[in-house]
Amino acid sequence: MSDMATTTDTVLFVRTQRAERVAPPKGPRGPLGWARAHLFSSPFNGLLTVLIVAAIAWVVPPLLDFLVFHAVWSGDDGREACLATAQNPDPGACWAFVRTWINFFVYGPYPMEERWRVNVFFALLAVGLVWMMWLDAPRRDLGAAYFFLALPAASVVLLHGLPMIGLETIDTALWGGVLVTLVVATVGIVVSLPVGVLLALGRRSEMPVVKLFSVIFIEFVRGVPLITVLFMASVMLPLFVPPAWSPDKLMRALVGIAIFSSAYMAEVVRAGLQSIPKGQYEAAAALGLGYWRTLALVILPQALKVTIPNIVNNAIALFKDTTLVFFVGIFDFLRTIEVARNDPAWATPVTSFTGYAFAAMCYFVACHFMSRYASGVERRLGAADRR
Amino acid sequence: MTRPSGAAPVPTLGRPRLRGLLIQAGLIVVVAALAWVAVINVAENLARANIATGFDFWNVTAGFDISQTLIFYSAQASTYGRAFWVGFLNTVLVAALAIALATIIGFVVGIARLSPNFLVAKLASGYVELIRNIPLLLQLLFWYNAVLKALPDIRDSVMLPGGGYLNIRGLFLPAPNVFGGQTLALVLLGGIVAAIAWRWWRRKTGRIAATPLDIAVMAFLVLGLPLLVAIFIEARISFAYPQMGRFNIRGGLEILPEFVALLAGLSIYTAAFIAEVVRAGLLSVPKGQTEAAYSLGLRRGPTMRLVVVPQAMRVIVPPLTNQYLNLFKNSTLAVAIGYPDLVQIFTGTVLNNTGQAVEVVVLTMAVYLTISLATSLAMNIYNKRVMLVER
Repeated sequence: MSDMATTTDTVLFVRTQRAERVAPPKGPRGPLGWARAHLFSSPFNGLLTVLIVAAIAWVVPPLLDFLVFHAVWSGDDGREACLATAQNPDPGACWAFVRTWINFFVYGPYPMEERWRVNVFFALLAVGLVWMMWLDAPRRDLGAAYFFLALPAASVVLLHGLPMIGLETIDTALWGGVLVTLVVATVGIVVSLPVGVLLALGRRSEMPVVKLFSVIFIEFVRGVPLITVLFMASVMLPLFVPPAWSPDKLMRALVGIAIFSSAYMAEVVRAGLQSIPKGQYEAAAALGLGYWRTLALVILPQALKVTIPNIVNNAIALFKDTTLVFFVGIFDFLRTIEVARNDPAWATPVTSFTGYAFAAMCYFVACHFMSRYASGVERRLGAADRR
Repeated sequence: MTRPSGAAPVPTLGRPRLRGLLIQAGLIVVVAALAWVAVINVAENLARANIATGFDFWNVTAGFDISQTLIFYSAQASTYGRAFWVGFLNTVLVAALAIALATIIGFVVGIARLSPNFLVAKLASGYVELIRNIPLLLQLLFWYNAVLKALPDIRDSVMLPGGGYLNIRGLFLPAPNVFGGQTLALVLLGGIVAAIAWRWWRRKTGRIAATPLDIAVMAFLVLGLPLLVAIFIEARISFAYPQMGRFNIRGGLEILPEFVALLAGLSIYTAAFIAEVVRAGLLSVPKGQTEAAYSLGLRRGPTMRLVVVPQAMRVIVPPLTNQYLNLFKNSTLAVAIGYPDLVQIFTGTVLNNTGQAVEVVVLTMAVYLTISLATSLAMNIYNKRVMLVER
């Protein structure tokens, strides 16, 4: 094979000089290429693109006009500001209505001079949420104790009042708006997480009675609509206890929400528990750990961590479901919008639309933030697995 | 099982089996005691409030009107039991239609999210994001109070081509009245069953059930046969037109605005979730399947229809069923806008009239629970079958 070099030199189809460099073909690059690949890849796609652009041109400018350019931003003397006038013949959204009612939306009929207590509650809740959601926060064990024990106790004292330390009692009938929405959602989370973990463990237990009770509870609650659970809590709960103990309206709704969210949380946690390989249990047993210490030190820290995204998604669903307390006479955020919307002093053709648009924006921002957080955590956990 | 001799004896409470038995016995005692206390309290509270117990109210005359009834119902003559069935049928009607609509919208949006067209994909994901993050109740209130309440009064009704009216009270359409309709319906039903049987037989015998012959046979069974029968028995369709009165519209087919709002809200909301289910299902099919189909010369459409979707269905069906159940349970939000569904009639009006909270709530829950559990059972069976196919 020593003469191979000479042979290749004489092969006609092998190039001996470098080819000249040529710029890449124009097609697939640049804005035009991008448009061809992503907007007009086939006649059908081109048609869709044209239709969508036309639809956007048809919908978006009037919507912007309504929400921003023709909207009424100020005026607190009632509906006159938002009715059609010579200068503004086609008035848009009546944001003046939202500005006038905003305090009612946030606090409901909570007494004016005591509203600082609600603000403190909001601040405490924010601290708790950040502590729990920021995965690198210092002393997250302390954070959990704060969120699940200290915060509920402090909130009851703050919001409901304790005459002993000078906070007068505010009847829960006076609570409303965002305050109630957050209270209901927080109670749902704070109760459902520990109860859900217990139910999930119960469902996986080897003790038949424990397992049976857990399964019955979970499947029963998940099989019926939330509204019937709330009705049950609101009309049947007072029958179950002696009249003297009869809980107030808000308490009944909270019991209903707690029951409902616990069952759903149990299934979420169960999925997390199932993702833990059997070897982890066996390793813990080999180290001589008992049932509870196996759970607390080995299983739950791993299971709950992979479950965080699902827990947050569950929290989003719960947050949206809090609107259903509407049906048992609780003044949550949505209900305050309904009340304000029907105020004759603000009766204009655009009031309902404005109120709903405002509520939708609030819910959207909150839920969207939570779902972004959930997918962020999921990506982070996924990154750990990829290594 | 047997301890090696010489090991230290385990303390009594340390024995897992005994401890387990004690815990279970304790749990039973606690639950039984709670139930016992609750039952005693219920009996006392009901006796004090002078409320009857039992289901005697079922046969008592209802005495209230219902705005939409699929079966005969009158306030003076019908019982609470009849009202229950009216409400149940209304729930089933709106849920069934919403499921059909949501499935169509959901599949279109789910497939659109994976479209190579940038705008289509962005529009679809915008729809999903927007709809999923706003509570259903708010959406229902929006459709009902902000959109449908903006329709004109009866006097200014919008005249629809063909003799219908659209106004704030709802949509009034001519009601078709088919002479010989029952025979026709039976023939149509028979034709559909025969067409399904034909398709099944062709599949079973190993042929692809989409040849021109198959299409011709099935089209004849479903369309041609009823048409022939209609000509043969001289079926005629007459319409009962809605009549515009001074204050209301009489006759014709009336579609309540509550029904439209609930249908729109439920299907649009659930479609967003179904779209996510469909997307996840389609993404679960390996890319190699698509590439293999392309290399066989299939275009994008047939690739989707013949290769990707059938395989994705295995992943899609269980969560899809879950979404159907959610829709069915969410239809109870009808209460918010006054559509006469089971909860609105039974847990609302009947409960208020009779005061028998326990019976009414338990019965309503039983209805939803039965349907949920039956569906999960069917799903488990389906899952087992699909798993066997896979192996």
